[in-house]
Amino acid sequence: MTTETATKPSGSVTSHQALTEVVIRFAGDSGDGMQITGTQFTTTSALLGNDLSTLPDFPAEIRAPAGTLPGVSAFQVRIADHDIHTPGDAPDVLVAMNPAALEVNLRDLKANGVVILNTDEFTARNFKKAGLETDPREDGKLEGYRVFEVELTTVTRRALEDSPLDVRGKDRCKNFFALGMCYWLFSRPLQPTIDWLEKKFAKKPDIAAANITCLQAGWNYCDITGLFQVRYEVESAALPAGTYRNINGNLALAMGLVAGTRKSGVPLFLGSYPITPASDLLHHLSAMKHYGVTTFQAEDEIAAVCAAIGASFGGALGMCSTSGPGLALKSEAINLALMTELPLVILNVQRAGPSTGMPTKTEQSDLLQAMFGRNGESPLPVIAPSSPADCFWAGIEACRVAVESMVPVILLSDGYLANGAEPWKLPDIADLPDFPVEFHSDPEGFQPYQRREDTLARPWAIPGTAGLEHRIGGLEKQDGSGNVSYDPENHQRMTDLRAEKIARIARRIEPLAVDGDERGKLLVLGWGSTEGAIMGAVLAARAEGLTVSRAQLRWINPFPANLGEVLANFDQVLVPEMNGGQLALLLRAGFLKNVTSYPKVEGKPFYRHEILTKIKQCLEVADAN
Amino acid sequence: MPTETPTLTKKDFQSDQEVRWCPGCGDYAILSAVQSVMPELGIPKERLVVISGIGCSSRFPYYMDTFGFHTIHGRAPAIATGLKTSRPDLEVWVVTGDGDALSIGGNHLIHVLRRNVNVKILLFNNRIYGLTKGQYSPTSEVGKRTKSTPVGSIDNPFDPVSVALGAGATMVARSVDIFQKHLKETLRRVAEHQGSAFVEILQNCNIFNDGAFSYLTDKENREVEGLYLEHGKPLVFGPPGAERGIRLDAKAMRFEIVSLGNGIGPEDCVVWDESRPDPSLAFMLAQCHRPEFPTALGVLRKVDAPTYDAGVIAQIAQQQERMGTGSLEELLYSGETWQVAADGSITR
Repeated sequence: MTTETATKPSGSVTSHQALTEVVIRFAGDSGDGMQITGTQFTTTSALLGNDLSTLPDFPAEIRAPAGTLPGVSAFQVRIADHDIHTPGDAPDVLVAMNPAALEVNLRDLKANGVVILNTDEFTARNFKKAGLETDPREDGKLEGYRVFEVELTTVTRRALEDSPLDVRGKDRCKNFFALGMCYWLFSRPLQPTIDWLEKKFAKKPDIAAANITCLQAGWNYCDITGLFQVRYEVESAALPAGTYRNINGNLALAMGLVAGTRKSGVPLFLGSYPITPASDLLHHLSAMKHYGVTTFQAEDEIAAVCAAIGASFGGALGMCSTSGPGLALKSEAINLALMTELPLVILNVQRAGPSTGMPTKTEQSDLLQAMFGRNGESPLPVIAPSSPADCFWAGIEACRVAVESMVPVILLSDGYLANGAEPWKLPDIADLPDFPVEFHSDPEGFQPYQRREDTLARPWAIPGTAGLEHRIGGLEKQDGSGNVSYDPENHQRMTDLRAEKIARIARRIEPLAVDGDERGKLLVLGWGSTEGAIMGAVLAARAEGLTVSRAQLRWINPFPANLGEVLANFDQVLVPEMNGGQLALLLRAGFLKNVTSYPKVEGKPFYRHEILTKIKQCLEVADAN
Repeated sequence: MPTETPTLTKKDFQSDQEVRWCPGCGDYAILSAVQSVMPELGIPKERLVVISGIGCSSRFPYYMDTFGFHTIHGRAPAIATGLKTSRPDLEVWVVTGDGDALSIGGNHLIHVLRRNVNVKILLFNNRIYGLTKGQYSPTSEVGKRTKSTPVGSIDNPFDPVSVALGAGATMVARSVDIFQKHLKETLRRVAEHQGSAFVEILQNCNIFNDGAFSYLTDKENREVEGLYLEHGKPLVFGPPGAERGIRLDAKAMRFEIVSLGNGIGPEDCVVWDESRPDPSLAFMLAQCHRPEFPTALGVLRKVDAPTYDAGVIAQIAQQQERMGTGSLEELLYSGETWQVAADGSITR
């Protein structure tokens, strides 16, 4: 809570304070409804005109044993009266529904931060479940925080005395009691959530009524008891005029893919196998059938990509949504699409770790898998969106390159982008250029591997077109005819052509834009989802008088044509990435530039302050943090 | 789409590629049968697509002058599913082998069959790995000595037809490479089936597993060892004068062989009904192995059921009828939106 100014004369029971921004984290059992609570707080704040950014953080287990540390689910939201780019480093307010939630999240809370506890759950049994030997309220752990204790279960049951729900059902409403309290504390209206509840539980009016009662009771509880001496307000941010909605990366990406296929004029076919954190792409697109979208839940990851390739062979734009382990399974089939030069869009929502790793945590460690994780010389375009809303644009661009170059494109999103949300000023769709596909139809002189000069794409000659009957496959192709060929020189030529086809995409993508001076001592260069944290850190550094430039790579393969020039213009290039230094490896190999790698693999996005500290180290400036 | 189908000949389905199977390979006979039958189907050849995986059999598409896709090992059914689902106007045929379909691609095979995707699957079963030069396959008999099993294979083989029946295939048949008349008739029946049609074609690999089916294919064995199924006809086989039949021993719940004559006639034998919704009898027959029983050839099962591809198309049409075909504006504005005015005021 950066700025606090009293707006009410002292002496009144409740004072009002204006804040420029606040970070709130809701934490509880995975069955406590923390994601819903956080999402509702987010939506309401968006409707008040705040800028915002969210970070859901949940375990892979759907319902881990109640009260235990692995079962803790959290949702962090940052709201501000100005433009922000990350969900915030440390929370100002922590709502902890049980001792385990407190234990897991307290370490992140800012000094003097607010803790709201459900003390009904603070029992000896729950301390044991959370691995605590003592009551954290009494052992000094909470010293230095402003702690507010509420018997949340008790007051929820009391508020619902007249409700027909059973005790279990009543207890499930306690998150809305807590939400009502937060709405009071941060001066938010209840109506948007009431509207949502009425719609969501239209067929279960008892549940809707109980939750609404709790929401109001939570608000009233604060109003009457004077639990908090102060109420906070966060004014609306000065957002450009327009129509907005909240968007997370998976939904934005699904919309971008529909838009991309509409702009190309070919139908969308998604083959997919459920996998965290990509499954929502399958869910969203499955609900978009009326847009002409076909979704196919395959028997496995390999069938999913193969079905997409079959659809592309037939003239649809085949796609598959997956995460790292799934990409590994798909690699042979992706090479088939590369060899047969069919368009394909592969959506990899990256997650943490090798093998199963940490499925619900974020990472960017599939970059080299996307670049090189296939047999043979197998270059493919790789694009990485930089924010939840940017997933929409990257989705369209992946579609465009796939059909223009007749090539599989890998799009690297990640768990942070997929589930994180931000307000999105909706674009004017009419402004988007079309890139209509023309299937080859002329049998005269038809050669399956005859190429266009500009893109080196071969013709898309789909079954059903008389006179174009031909055979394709994974065996090496003779240049032009596409017949099977073991000719040594032909293999060299085809390998070179496939590489040049990817390199030539650089002619049709935006050059890398540098934010700040075009040349200087330090450039912070990121790719994909790190943009928000890097931007926040660079702005903070500039506020301290430092001169730092930054740039964010959207295309990793091919790199923008001016990347070499940009790198040469800076003494130092700092490369933060959520992996072991994979982009740094590519930059060093490709440009012989000794970039400063800043790797991080904690399953969490970068904090702004981490990058700021690194910037200061690079510039040899003392760090006060 | 042409309204008139030009008259095609076998030659129209022969591509300009040199056929490169080993001389004497059973695949030649199957290729010839398929190329002979195709012109009879009255389908423009640009609407035929042949999809294969990897293996000797999977070179098949190169020799057909239709659209063809030689894909990766075991995955042809998945690729065919994607193609047929997005292009139901095409006729999609899959060519695969015992290793391709039942080993590396076993998962895709059972799923394409259970979904009843409207594709035709020809499984060339030579009970050996040919292209990798002679290892045992998932249909090799126990004790098979090969380079990878020098003291004999240990694992039980699959019976392809039983696998297909178990997966719920709506059409299941068996034929033999060199039984050209029977094979062509089987292919004609396959072509007219709406749904997944699975045909096991017993095929001789004269290099690595020569004579694997000579117990059936040698001239003197054809009538003794082959049970030629005909819908609505009793299960009777054997040369004239030494005919035998298959009877249901209802008490033991098993089939038994009976010699005809001495008061036992064809009317005592099981009358074959390929259209039984319950696949149990077909499975029982598939499990009747030599030496006790003859090998069933022909159509074991053919039932009508909704196809996957038609279902997918219908759902999209239904949703479009209900919700309209949707504009991008509608899509983007589909959630909760709010307006920020130039003066910063917000309205929902």
